[in-house]
Amino acid sequence: MSTVLASKEALAGKRSHPWLVAWTAGLVTTVLLYAFRDYWPWAWQYPREWNVPLRFWVSDFMSWLVNEFDLGLFTFKELTRSLSWLLHWPLAAAQSLLSAGFGIELSEDEMLRLPRLSWLGIVALAVILGHLARNWGLAALTGSCFLYLALFGQWDSAMVTLSSIIIAVPIGVTAGLLVGIWGFRSARVEAIITPVLDLMQTVPVFAYLVPVLFLFGFGPVAAMIATIIYATPPMVRCTMLSLKLVPTETVEFGRMAGCTRRQLLWRVQIPSARPTLMVGVNQVIMLSLNMVIIASMIGAGGLGFDVLSSLKRLQFGQGVEAGLAITLLAIALDRLSQAFANQPPPEHREQPTSWLKRHPHLGIALAVILVTTGLGVFVDALRSLPENLTLTTGPFWNDVVSWVNVNFFDELDAVKSWLLLNFLIPVKRFLLQLPWVAVTGLVALAGYQLGGWRLALVSASLALFIAVTGNWEKSMISIYLCGISVLFAAAIGIPIGIWAALNNRVHRVVQNIIDTLQTLPSFVYLIPVVMLFRVGDFSAMIAIVAYAVVPAIRYTDHGIRQVPPDLIEASRAMGCSRLQLLRRVQLPMAMPEIMLGINQTIMMALAMLVITALVGTRDLGQEVYIALTKADTGRGVVAGVCVAFIAIIADRLIGAWARKKKRELGLA
Amino acid sequence: MKNSKSLTAVLALALATAIALPARAAVPESKDSIILTIHDWTGQYITTHIMGRVLEEMGYNVKYQQADYIAQFAGLESGDLHVAMEMWETTGKQAMDKSLATGKTMDLGETGMKAIEEWWYPYYMKEKCPGLPDWKALNKCAEAFATAETQPKGRYLGGPVTWAGFDDERAEALGLDFEVVHAGTDAALFAEIQSAYERKAPVLAWVYTPHWAPIKFRGEWVNFPRYTDECYNDPKWGLNPDMAYDCGKPRGWIKKVGWKGGEKKWPCAYQAVRNFKVSNQEIGEMIGEVDLEGKDVDQVVEAWISKNKDRWSKWTECS
Repeated sequence: MSTVLASKEALAGKRSHPWLVAWTAGLVTTVLLYAFRDYWPWAWQYPREWNVPLRFWVSDFMSWLVNEFDLGLFTFKELTRSLSWLLHWPLAAAQSLLSAGFGIELSEDEMLRLPRLSWLGIVALAVILGHLARNWGLAALTGSCFLYLALFGQWDSAMVTLSSIIIAVPIGVTAGLLVGIWGFRSARVEAIITPVLDLMQTVPVFAYLVPVLFLFGFGPVAAMIATIIYATPPMVRCTMLSLKLVPTETVEFGRMAGCTRRQLLWRVQIPSARPTLMVGVNQVIMLSLNMVIIASMIGAGGLGFDVLSSLKRLQFGQGVEAGLAITLLAIALDRLSQAFANQPPPEHREQPTSWLKRHPHLGIALAVILVTTGLGVFVDALRSLPENLTLTTGPFWNDVVSWVNVNFFDELDAVKSWLLLNFLIPVKRFLLQLPWVAVTGLVALAGYQLGGWRLALVSASLALFIAVTGNWEKSMISIYLCGISVLFAAAIGIPIGIWAALNNRVHRVVQNIIDTLQTLPSFVYLIPVVMLFRVGDFSAMIAIVAYAVVPAIRYTDHGIRQVPPDLIEASRAMGCSRLQLLRRVQLPMAMPEIMLGINQTIMMALAMLVITALVGTRDLGQEVYIALTKADTGRGVVAGVCVAFIAIIADRLIGAWARKKKRELGLA
Repeated sequence: MKNSKSLTAVLALALATAIALPARAAVPESKDSIILTIHDWTGQYITTHIMGRVLEEMGYNVKYQQADYIAQFAGLESGDLHVAMEMWETTGKQAMDKSLATGKTMDLGETGMKAIEEWWYPYYMKEKCPGLPDWKALNKCAEAFATAETQPKGRYLGGPVTWAGFDDERAEALGLDFEVVHAGTDAALFAEIQSAYERKAPVLAWVYTPHWAPIKFRGEWVNFPRYTDECYNDPKWGLNPDMAYDCGKPRGWIKKVGWKGGEKKWPCAYQAVRNFKVSNQEIGEMIGEVDLEGKDVDQVVEAWISKNKDRWSKWTECS
């Protein structure tokens, strides 16, 4: 004790390291609180009696909303139900068109059946769109993605999934655009929207599935609405951002030309904001596809259901094939939307008068679809590919998993046990022993150092919320699991990112791998991982690392590539070796970007928490999952908000740090 | 797209190849679809589709809707969902009683199947632990079931926390030297069993039937003191005078549950659902055909329908 105090005084005397003093004091307090935990037990483990029963309030509020809230002419539930009735029409139409075909009742006992669009026609359409958007290369890519769906027997499910995507995406984009415009026009609205968006993006989807089910009923529409809630925020952000970035000259010019406010928006600002807006559209598409698995848990059907049900039967092969179908669908839609976004603006020239001459691609596409679908009435093979022409590699993958299991289990088990006993379990115990008062205080201190008293206040009150709602212990387990996973993800991802940045061929290969990792539903690899590493934290960690490593690679790669070339030239001229260049110039300059990557890694790790609940963790993710299966709205929402708050604390602290660093490097 | 859709319609009409379907034979009380819920295990898919096919034969419109096993009660109470074919006494009784108490759902009787859920091990473990299946043998060979993290205790893999199996309590009450690990889903649970089974490695886990696992993996259930209601409710009962749960898991019925409003809307259909009776044996065999032999589940159901016409036509009799 006395030595600690003495060193404190010595440090305080110098005055040159005020932060060091503060941190030492903080850590000493932590140790003291732990040492005297028998005297002040309330400061060590948050007392159960102090819990605020927020989750019950939320549940009560929800049941009031569903059962009693009356808007006068109709109840709230009637309002949400009619909304879901309204949305069910376009969804049903898309499903009939792409997957089920139409059945029109002519009279009491006659039914007219119209076929769905032919698979051949849709593959052709994918090719034509690819060519229209860029070139034959893209056409080959999109065409083969869709051909995979047909050849591997995924067509029926894929079309169910696609039909909900093509309805959800336009709704998400339109809603996002309108809200974004509103936020752009009014600063007050923006101030309200921004935290709401933060929550929408960080609260795990499972947390709001139950309320969505209550309000919108069971079925594909509820799943679609959950998808829209999840996928829309980036569109709102992109809209606000892109409208702000429109050069003032352009806007001034529009004003001078006598535009009304509405004309200015739709004729000037939105067209000039198009590239960034298209990034938003692209994000909406990708996030909608991310939701496929979760949506299928509440009745969306399609590919997500196939993945889940084949993994239930431990048929990994079929699961992988269905999962890959989701990935390929995502890649095709992603590349198409990006290509359309990056298209050069059309040149102004005489437009041919006939519709067909103006839109030759669409004309051809329409003709192909009509002919193949029409012929499909006679030829079964055009309606759906005959089963004996489809392929499957399912048994192969099942055998691979078995083979690895039988031959390498012991080696894998040894590595796992060593890591668990020497690293994971000690860290977990340590975190669970930390006094909650001290942790909250240290978070506040970090906030104050990095961003001033406001950040300190925000971070500390978010941490306090977690304690007050009785989720402290589960949150610490979540932080342990995510923290360790982020460490591993960074240790793997940053070197790969550096390698990819320095070598173009590696860059291309890595890009493809991380695209796949990001869109392949994690459930596909989660179950084989359980076979090899047993149920428990280790399997959960592997699944989190596999998903969260992506931004660590991407941002490192990007950050190093963005170092100004003249700076590199200058360093070379001064005689830097390649290693020195990397260590002294490229890495430090890329550091803020890399930290953003780490920030994203943390976000993704937290997003994966709920999925890892499926292999039996005991954290906030499990809490949310239990709430889902018990249909307990309050429990799920509160635990979900805790996940979001951890994410927000991490995000704000790292963001503040990166800004500070950027200023120091003269990059801002 | 809009253009192409209407054009397709016109084209198909012009081709005049429309297939006219014969009228539905019987007149159902309501043409609205009866919505049956499906969950995520094959047995339930089969029983639900058998029921669905029978209702279709009667002339009803039927829809299948995926819903969570427990969360579905919200839908059954509001009338979004109509009939759930498998509610297990062992796992769903609590939720079902709670829902029945609202008066918005109704008990539609037993399915004839009996649920068994218990600690299970493959036969090859008998060599390493000769006293099995008696539960008293477990402590003698706890080490044989141990892993690095649980050493020297044995490792028992339980079901998801939500299944409410009271295994932590059971291990404590019976003084078992076993650590209870919870799998998050049933996929994870059976993945680990399969992994161990392939390697002939030790495993002790929660297995239930009707399911494909006890068909595919050869093994048996541990014999615990037989379950009674008092055992779960009264600490004094059983071997351990201070704790409840000193017995095995309950074995019990699998029931059908329905939305109350459906009784008025489709009385004959509800009668047929009540009459539905199958056995563990036949459903178990069908599960095996689907999950192990890889047959198409709808074909398996169809085969049952054509083979058992006598049986199900009795279900459809309605007064």
